[in-house]
Amino acid sequence: METSVWIEWIVVVLLLIGSLFALVGSFGLWKLPDFFMRLHGPTKATTLGVGSLVMGSLIYFSTRGDGLSLHELLITLFLFITAPVSAQMLAKAAMHQRLKNIARTRGETWRQ
Amino acid sequence: MLYPVIMICLGIIGAAAILNTLRLFKGPDPPDRILALDTLYINAIALLILLGMRLDSDLFFEAALLIAVMGFIGTVAVAKHLLRGDIIE
Repeated sequence: METSVWIEWIVVVLLLIGSLFALVGSFGLWKLPDFFMRLHGPTKATTLGVGSLVMGSLIYFSTRGDGLSLHELLITLFLFITAPVSAQMLAKAAMHQRLKNIARTRGETWRQ
Repeated sequence: MLYPVIMICLGIIGAAAILNTLRLFKGPDPPDRILALDTLYINAIALLILLGMRLDSDLFFEAALLIAVMGFIGTVAVAKHLLRGDIIE
């Protein structure tokens, strides 16, 4: 009884952290002024948000008595590998298209 | 305790998906729209994980993994198309 209550609290806290990080990432995507700042927001949703949700789900399914359940880790492993690649491809595409940026964004290497 | 929190988390990630959809329709340039689609499939993965916990089913993880693979391939293909005008050179 005691351990199951503790595990439920841990799962609840992980789920809330993950979904709040997903909301923060999407809010940054909606609110930030130019593309190179907007690229910064959703990476938090990818790594911390889905990572925390997957950890919560892993703990939840591992403590139901059916043994250890590790195949959720494949999702977060795949996302950790692919998120920097897609972000770099998007940044290269944006630099190639010479998108407008606001004056505070530094490092305009394609205009020098 | 757990099920109300799962419903709250589903609501929060639904709000995040609404913000992504607003950026998808508003976004002034093509890379903004690609980024919005990228974040949208990641939110779909989060929704599937939560739905799998809510329904006590293991089947949703395979679907989430498939969405991760296909979404990454789609993002890279469209970004490559913007970059080169061609996908497979």
